[in-house]
Amino acid sequence: MNISVDSRSNQQPTLGTPDKRDSHSRRGPKVGDVFFWTLVTVLLIVTLFPFYWSLRTALSSNAALPANSKGLLPADFTLDGFKRALGLSSTKDAIAAGGSGAEINFLKALRNSFIVSIMVTVGMVFSCAMAAYAFARLKFRGRDKLFFVVLMALMIPPIFTLLPNFIWVKDRGLLDTYLGIAAPHLLMTPFAIFFLRQFFLSIPHEIEEAASIDGAGRFRIFFQVIMPMAASPIATLAVLTFIEQWNDYLWPKLVGQDESVRVLTSSLGNFRSQTPQGSPDWSGLMAATWVSALPILILLLLVGKRLVNSIQFSGIK
Amino acid sequence: MATTDTYVTSRRPNRRRSFGQLGTASVFLLPAMVGFAIFYLRPTVLGFWTSFTDKELLRPNSDWVGLENYRAMVDDDVFWNALRVTLKYVAINIGLQTIAAIGIAWVLDRLSGSRLMRTLVLAPWLMSNVVVALLFLWILDFRLGVANAFLEWIGIGSKPFLSSGTWAIPSIAVINVWRHMGYTALLLFAGLQTIPKEVKEAALIDGCGEVQRFFRVTLPLLRPVLAVVLVITMIGSFQIYDTIDVTTSGGPVNASRVIYLYIFEQAFGRRNFGYASAMSVVLFLILAIVTVAQMRLLRANESDLG
Repeated sequence: MNISVDSRSNQQPTLGTPDKRDSHSRRGPKVGDVFFWTLVTVLLIVTLFPFYWSLRTALSSNAALPANSKGLLPADFTLDGFKRALGLSSTKDAIAAGGSGAEINFLKALRNSFIVSIMVTVGMVFSCAMAAYAFARLKFRGRDKLFFVVLMALMIPPIFTLLPNFIWVKDRGLLDTYLGIAAPHLLMTPFAIFFLRQFFLSIPHEIEEAASIDGAGRFRIFFQVIMPMAASPIATLAVLTFIEQWNDYLWPKLVGQDESVRVLTSSLGNFRSQTPQGSPDWSGLMAATWVSALPILILLLLVGKRLVNSIQFSGIK
Repeated sequence: MATTDTYVTSRRPNRRRSFGQLGTASVFLLPAMVGFAIFYLRPTVLGFWTSFTDKELLRPNSDWVGLENYRAMVDDDVFWNALRVTLKYVAINIGLQTIAAIGIAWVLDRLSGSRLMRTLVLAPWLMSNVVVALLFLWILDFRLGVANAFLEWIGIGSKPFLSSGTWAIPSIAVINVWRHMGYTALLLFAGLQTIPKEVKEAALIDGCGEVQRFFRVTLPLLRPVLAVVLVITMIGSFQIYDTIDVTTSGGPVNASRVIYLYIFEQAFGRRNFGYASAMSVVLFLILAIVTVAQMRLLRANESDLG
């Protein structure tokens, strides 16, 4: 929250050992500081500009874009792009404004993305929490060997499993169903088990022992004691899982082409092949990307701190 | 590395009830292990098996053909081209991304209090590849893209980014640098946090400038983390697909037809599942070799902190 406060440069003078070489060769701000703030500025511009630029385009009218392709403000400000993306304008109006008229199904794709992502998030987090608990706390023969095999699966490139999985899903008639799109991640990913196991390991044994002396069975201990204690990492995993599923492209594109189940990413991905020539509906498209990114941006605002921490956690492992 | 530590802590001596947990455990493990068996274990075994057959997508029967698929690969120019294109992409992508990420990690380290900055740099990584690809399809558009407006303005002149054989792969590499550099920087930043403050302060007292200190003291100490991060990012980079599918679909001609795209086309476009599986096995082996080689070269398991 405090970009402007750089604690270290404030401390340096009080350390009594300022940078001697720099201080007698030049006065004013040090080379390091100038370099640093330049870098911060460049980083902010590079990171934020594409977001801003797509918003600017989404708020422009297609007709005005060619004449005003580089002004910082929207060209001929209008909300029509968003209206087209959300299917709020009639097909005739949409085509007149440079749309293809195909964006009407965007709302449906938005709904499909929510359904699939929530299915996967609930199913996977629940089943991985149970498995992670077994790996962390229960004692049975071959436990560590089994856990090792699960971890090895982290090394397998997705395309390797994707081909046989496609045939499996197809043979069971699950093409173009929500279940088919959700299936590969519905019950587990190796990462989720690994992630939650780490937290369960850190819960003191004494708590479970106290509960089991009180007569609680393993299942009650798990649901009434362990799950509430691990609420925070479970929430983090849920958010990460949701985002990953929301953004997944290749598998949903393969198994869910039918409009009734097609998710946002595959709908957006089709855009280029729909308009091979001619002038695309850039403002409608940019509005669509903003709407599809919005749930993620909201999640980032709500739980950004946890996400950042969990990524640092997974990085150190 | 840390996984072996956690093994030790989990292996506490049995206190009581050392028997009878297998039953409970199997109930807890059942859903996840069903998922593991169907969607991880089975396809992995089947993937290797299929690579030795002439399996086709819509044909139920297939025959064992031994190493035929692998032999076909040797004569397949498109396959070799795909490998070359992928390597070119990985080199540009990982090179630029690592430099950018080190710079950002340094910025984050100096702004150690700023959670806002850490959240901001993560934002691009949380966008889907498709959204990012579309954003840049627009920004890099030859006629109306703002990137070319900028290049005109500074006097370099327009570039046909995604529609030229020369520029397609570098453009896509840069697009993904934008998406991943903040995430990579966060991983490196986490590593920076593990370096003791005393070491940095000692360097300061010895009269090192800040930039110099970063490159001479901090970065070498970061090596084990850097090695792991390089492995993670490089494995991801080899599997580039979404961005290319949305922006160039492998073109112009074969200029951006990376290995993932070619495997995908063989499997679903031409229905050669056997051949596609064989190429997946090769990709798998390449990734394994890259991982082992990097861990060795960068001596990832040793730290310079004595």
